[in-house]
Amino acid sequence: MVQADVLIVGGGGAGCSAALHLAQRGVRVVLLERGLVGGQATGVNYGGVRQQGRDPAGLPLARKSREIWSRITELTGADVEFDPCGHLKLARSEADEAELLRWNALAEEYGLRPRMIGRNAIRERHPYFSDVVVAGSLMEEDGSANPRLLAPALARAARAAGAEIREHHAVTSLAHDGRQFEVVAKETRFTAPWLLNCAGFWGGEIAARFGEPVPIEKLHPNMLVTEPLPYFLRESLGVVGGDLYLRQIPRGNVIFGGGRGESDAGITRTRPRPDAAFGAMRRAIAVIPRLADAMVIRSWTGTDGELPDHFPVLGPSATTPGLLHAFGFCGEGFQTGPGVGAVLSDLVMDGATDVPLGAFDIGRFTAAQIAV
Amino acid sequence: MTATRLVDQDRPALIFRVDGVEVPAKQGDTLLTAMLTAGLGHVRTSEFGDGGRAGFCWMGACQDCWVVVAGQGVRRACTTLVEPGIEVIRR
Amino acid sequence: MKAVVVGAGPAGIRAVEQLVRAGVTPIWIDEAPDGGGRITQRPPAGFSRGASALYGADSGRARRLHATLDALKPRTDWRPDTLVWNIRPEDRVLHTLTNGAAQDEVQYDALILCTGAMDRVLPLPGWTLPGVTSLGGAQVALKSQGVGVGANPVLIGTGPLLWLTALQYAKAGAKPAAVLDTTDLLTKARFGAGMLWNLPTLLRGMGLYAQLKLRGVKLYEDITPLAIEGVNGVTAVHWRDAAWKEHVTPCDAVAMGWGLKPEAQLADLAGVPFDYDGTQQNWVPRKDAAGRSPVAGVYLAGDGAGIGGVDVAELGGARAALALLADAHLPSDMALTHHLDGRLRTERRFRAALEQAFPYPARLAARMDDSTSVCRCEVITAGELRRAAAADAPEMNRAKAFSRVGMGRCQGRLCGTPAAAVLARELQVEVPEVGRLRGQPPVKPVPLQQVD
Ligand SMILES: Cc1cc2nc3c(=O)[nH]c(=O)nc-3n(C[C@H](O)[C@H](O)[C@H](O)COP(=O)(O)OP(=O)(O)OC[C@H]3O[C@@H](n4cnc5c(N)ncnc54)[C@H](O)[C@@H]3O)c2cc1C
Ligand SMILES: Cc1cc2nc3c(=O)[nH]c(=O)nc-3n(C[C@H](O)[C@H](O)[C@H](O)COP(=O)(O)OP(=O)(O)OC[C@H]3O[C@@H](n4cnc5c(N)ncnc54)[C@H](O)[C@@H]3O)c2cc1C
Ligand code: FES
Repeated sequence: MVQADVLIVGGGGAGCSAALHLAQRGVRVVLLERGLVGGQATGVNYGGVRQQGRDPAGLPLARKSREIWSRITELTGADVEFDPCGHLKLARSEADEAELLRWNALAEEYGLRPRMIGRNAIRERHPYFSDVVVAGSLMEEDGSANPRLLAPALARAARAAGAEIREHHAVTSLAHDGRQFEVVAKETRFTAPWLLNCAGFWGGEIAARFGEPVPIEKLHPNMLVTEPLPYFLRESLGVVGGDLYLRQIPRGNVIFGGGRGESDAGITRTRPRPDAAFGAMRRAIAVIPRLADAMVIRSWTGTDGELPDHFPVLGPSATTPGLLHAFGFCGEGFQTGPGVGAVLSDLVMDGATDVPLGAFDIGRFTAAQIAV
Repeated sequence: MTATRLVDQDRPALIFRVDGVEVPAKQGDTLLTAMLTAGLGHVRTSEFGDGGRAGFCWMGACQDCWVVVAGQGVRRACTTLVEPGIEVIRR
Repeated sequence: MKAVVVGAGPAGIRAVEQLVRAGVTPIWIDEAPDGGGRITQRPPAGFSRGASALYGADSGRARRLHATLDALKPRTDWRPDTLVWNIRPEDRVLHTLTNGAAQDEVQYDALILCTGAMDRVLPLPGWTLPGVTSLGGAQVALKSQGVGVGANPVLIGTGPLLWLTALQYAKAGAKPAAVLDTTDLLTKARFGAGMLWNLPTLLRGMGLYAQLKLRGVKLYEDITPLAIEGVNGVTAVHWRDAAWKEHVTPCDAVAMGWGLKPEAQLADLAGVPFDYDGTQQNWVPRKDAAGRSPVAGVYLAGDGAGIGGVDVAELGGARAALALLADAHLPSDMALTHHLDGRLRTERRFRAALEQAFPYPARLAARMDDSTSVCRCEVITAGELRRAAAADAPEMNRAKAFSRVGMGRCQGRLCGTPAAAVLARELQVEVPEVGRLRGQPPVKPVPLQQVD
């Protein structure tokens, strides 16, 4: 049997960041990961480190995370290719433009400084855009990072700070005896007074085990990457409506997505979908016609959890003391991963956090169920 | 590299263009054959600074011979037959 | 019954032949314009060499296969110039790209994958220079284009294709500068004895060797390749002989190949599990002796299902089609089925001996210099791959995630084998323990631009 102060289930960005922040504060942490750390959503996503376009209720968390991103190299001791290259959200119609203006005004209330770029300026700065683009909103401090590197880097640093990271440890049973959690993984029992549910989409199963099911659905964003092309695009792009996101890495490959992939019932395998790919390809060419000459060399998807109101579940359990949830990041949790870990660490150590979590409370679903 | 015409070369001659320059070829040549026998040396340039590439597998597997054919888009030189007058652009 | 056969090489031809015989009209897809596969690859229209000039000792086989191929085309839904780039096994759909431009979907009830093989390589310093080709590539150049990759090429590698290609070049008027074989004579002789199961083929192999000697081509065994020299092209090969003496052989091209590896990306996308075959040192898609994969409706034959050579390809193609017919409760030839099973058993024993006689030099790959590009698409060096291992990459896909090995256009077709050898040595485990690069669609690049 292994005794710890805090058990973490799931080694994505959320879990690995929590392990690191807790270990730095001297806590005995054990993280249990079914596969390899960063093997799920955190390791295969688009890599957008974006506050742009988020619901205002999510901005404080995103702000906190962005602050950590700015010192991610010092925090992890590794280069995870974080590049504050800016996130440029494009309007393809007057209505889109109005939407950008509306969000920009809201974001300013949260201390963000998005910048509207009008029709002429955007044409001048991005001559490769087609006439489809009528305006854009630039968040200069947003950017991107290499998703394949983040969770392993956080885990390595957590390990160095004293955390125990156990890969190939699928949690198969969970219980709480009123005081301590007992978790079984790979035929080993782990106990601790704290349990952090950082299991991504599968966090829903864990919440259900503790009597608080949530209406979580699988989310498989469909991703594509081209061959390396001459470097022309610095900003990461999005569009109003969200059906296209696109960035170019300095090596030249254009990574883009839009639409959804699929998986089998047990999610033993996720697959990109050609129909989704074709849609994203058409939309990408509509915005940047020169991409018509490019080749797609690989496509993929991954699995995140999505909740009906598009907010994650983040905060204390309503049924079990010592249980903290952090899952279901609705396709936006790569950016927030580092911040989520810090919030969880604060909740364990200080019993409070400076980030308002009201919108993310798991109770919102039980309340809704009671109302029905 | 220069590929060498060895056998079965009694085929009608034709002209196509590579990077704007006229290049002789024979009917039935792939773009790869035509460009390498004409002494162009390479068919693409590695994006990562290690020089020219001239294909490797000659059978559509290695993907190291992509060129642009005007009007057709990106094509594999080893599996695309040359046609009179076509314009090839090396990348 | 919607049957689809991918590949019109020896395996695909024999599979389609049995389906048509049983009254099934399959959709038949091949990326090449005219079918024929590798060993019996056809030159484009306008070439005039006859079958014996093109295929030598295989000319009878080539004539038979081509005649069958041409007779079958009108009796099938024949789709040449068509790449299958994705499979969605749940819905039994293939995604195809015709003439590099037109996208389509193809529904199937049963699918036979006969996708063949490609060369296995050993990255060397200088192997990305123009003028360095795969051994199969050098052969294809001659066979289907009448050109040599050089006038004085060095051929490096091991296996029967090494001698065969050298002889074909010599006969076509090129002067191979040397044939450098990494396998020692003793290994070849020891396992050669096991090839007595197939005496004619064994004798053919020995005949090749003898003919090369007669023509004065320099043959060296048990060599260690060191580097390929040149600027914008090849000027020499550096290598070490069995006595550890270093040589520099001037040449104008290098063709390299160490046996073959299956083109099994589609089987992978179809969800077929893979097993490591230690004899052929390849990951091969799982199938029973008849060619049934564990995925319902998916059958495998030919080199794409594990390297077996052309006889096994023909036999296995027919056998897989008979399995498909039996599974679909359609009439199938029982006598032929038994005959094929017997022949396949014999051939497998022969093949095992052949593979052992010409092993992939994993030890050389594992020790390649830190500065050698193991992945030629992304230009990732062995040193970068080793750093990934040090950063805690216990298997190939994680090493890919860290280092980009296998992330390029060829999807790890070339670097997969040598990279696994490098990683395994670094982690001090056996090669199969580091796993294999997972396949991802598209199996070959597809254009962003859609043509309706
Ligand atoms: C294709 C794609 C593109 C995306 N693009 C972006 C983007 O550009 N920007 C952005 O901010 N977000 C993006 N996202 C969303 C983001 O990736 C996720 O929200 C985020 O990574 C979730 O992190 P996580 O730690 O909650 O989950 P995960 O990374 O999924 O980690 C959960 C871990 O828990 C483990 N686990 C589950 N059950 C068990 C168990 N029983 N025992 C042990 N371990 C278990 C899993 O194996 C997994 O490793 C994208 C997501 C996908 C899939
Ligand atoms: C370059 C090369 C040269 C060879 N030369 C010889 C030789 O001289 N002598 C010898 O004994 N053996 C040779 N071999 C071995 C040879 O592969 C086998 O003996 C035999 O050809 C295998 O037959 P097959 O039908 O399994 O595959 P192949 O003959 O390789 O046929 C496979 C077919 O499938 C098609 N295909 C593959 N993937 C797709 C896809 N995704 N979509 C559409 N079509 C697809 C290909 O275009 C090809 O026509 C050679 C192998 C290679 C790779
Ligand atoms: S030379 Fe390998 S794909 Fe053309």
